[in-house]
Amino acid sequence: MNAPLTHPNSDVSTQPAAAVPVKPAIAAPVGLLAELTHRCPLGCPYCSNPLEMDAKTNELETETWLRVFSEAAAAGVLHAHLSGGEPAARHDLLEIVAHCYKVGLYTNLITSGIGLTPEKVKALADAGLDHVQLSIQDAEAQSADRIGNYEGGYAKKQIIAKAVTDNGLPLTVNAVIHRANVTRAGKMVELAVALGARRVEIAHTQYYGWGLVNRAALMPTRSQAEAASAEVEALRTHYAGTIVSDHVIPDYHTKHPKACMGGWAKRTMNITPTGKALPCHAAETIPNLDHWNVRDHSLMDIWTKSPAFNAFRGTDWMQEPCRSCERRDIDHGGCRCQALALTGDATQADPVCHMSPHHDKVAEVTAVFADDDAPIPDYVYRRLKAAAAGD
Amino acid sequence: MSGPATLEDQSKPHLPRGVRLKLDETRNEWLLLAPERVVKTDAIAVEILKRCDGIATLSEIVDNLAATFKADRAVIDKDVRAMLSELAAKRMVDL
Repeated sequence: MNAPLTHPNSDVSTQPAAAVPVKPAIAAPVGLLAELTHRCPLGCPYCSNPLEMDAKTNELETETWLRVFSEAAAAGVLHAHLSGGEPAARHDLLEIVAHCYKVGLYTNLITSGIGLTPEKVKALADAGLDHVQLSIQDAEAQSADRIGNYEGGYAKKQIIAKAVTDNGLPLTVNAVIHRANVTRAGKMVELAVALGARRVEIAHTQYYGWGLVNRAALMPTRSQAEAASAEVEALRTHYAGTIVSDHVIPDYHTKHPKACMGGWAKRTMNITPTGKALPCHAAETIPNLDHWNVRDHSLMDIWTKSPAFNAFRGTDWMQEPCRSCERRDIDHGGCRCQALALTGDATQADPVCHMSPHHDKVAEVTAVFADDDAPIPDYVYRRLKAAAAGD
Repeated sequence: MSGPATLEDQSKPHLPRGVRLKLDETRNEWLLLAPERVVKTDAIAVEILKRCDGIATLSEIVDNLAATFKADRAVIDKDVRAMLSELAAKRMVDL
């Protein structure tokens, strides 16, 4: 009776324990998004950070981050995404990159460029950084600086982009599309090409956190969103072989929801500046999820055993129309945070889906934004202290 | 940027910085890692990619593969061109 209980040929009748169905093994995580800090010089009104941000004094110390990356590599993580806030605000960024290289992670720096210098970029390249993803706010300087609430940001980013390519690092330019820049989506692709990027990411705004607070100022009309999408798709073909385009569609205007995170707890995990492990960056908006901290648990224990990661893993949590839907393994029910934000219940289908009984709530929102020429309200800029917003 | 390069006999294909062929011990397979991309590779693809060192020309790579695996050179040539063209279009191989 020493045979392993999970052996496929084991005789169940003589091994009562094997009668309990064995859950399929949980596949290893592919990516880890490390939000090294919430500090950022920019104030983009669609920031994916939470409204309540972590102060510097509570951030994880260097050695904990290094342990996390070692554990990530051992757990099978392939890509480490160093993000924020602005990751260059961390004084140990170089040390972290060198460590990620040492443990064999593919290391991606997601940066605004502000806080970097050409010298720092060179040092990061020498330390083994694999890739830089640089944000732009618009293809026009004045508008870009207004969106980011940072004078001179647009010009600084050009310098950093050049430093990235000069050091032989591959560059991705990413831009978030919203009402103030939606007519220049194609211009932003062309700017990315001019900056020497090998990849461009054009993402329509996702409405959580700051994006939801600013939705009235950010949401384009349906015709604007569709025109921008068509423009980006046409340029994808035009620049094939020169630049790879990734296009995050405006999900309020689509029929099927996005496959959020490629499925909850299926591919990636996020670590907040204070060490909370989240299945996605907005997961804290869902009440009663127990998020474990890397200070208290190993990364693999969090991935396989923590309540938050198991809450919406797989399909058992689904209700109709998802449960019996033929697309349930394609879009995974869409986004849990959006389901919660728009229906009050995180186990609902993402109401973006045309099958959702709450789909009218999305239509109600988009119907409000129907005038291409309507004035854009002032932004509530992202700030470390949400209470101070608007002052 | 002058548009996509074309694959010639004298092209010297190589993986640009930011694209890595990695033996993933967790999943026990060779993977091609690129920005925001993980591409699974089969045994043939790995043999091709290992030879893309920026020194060997396309025709040398095909010669070498045909000799190593005692295979029809024309068939190898077609397979190698198809794979490298596809990867070049995705900017995972430079020519």
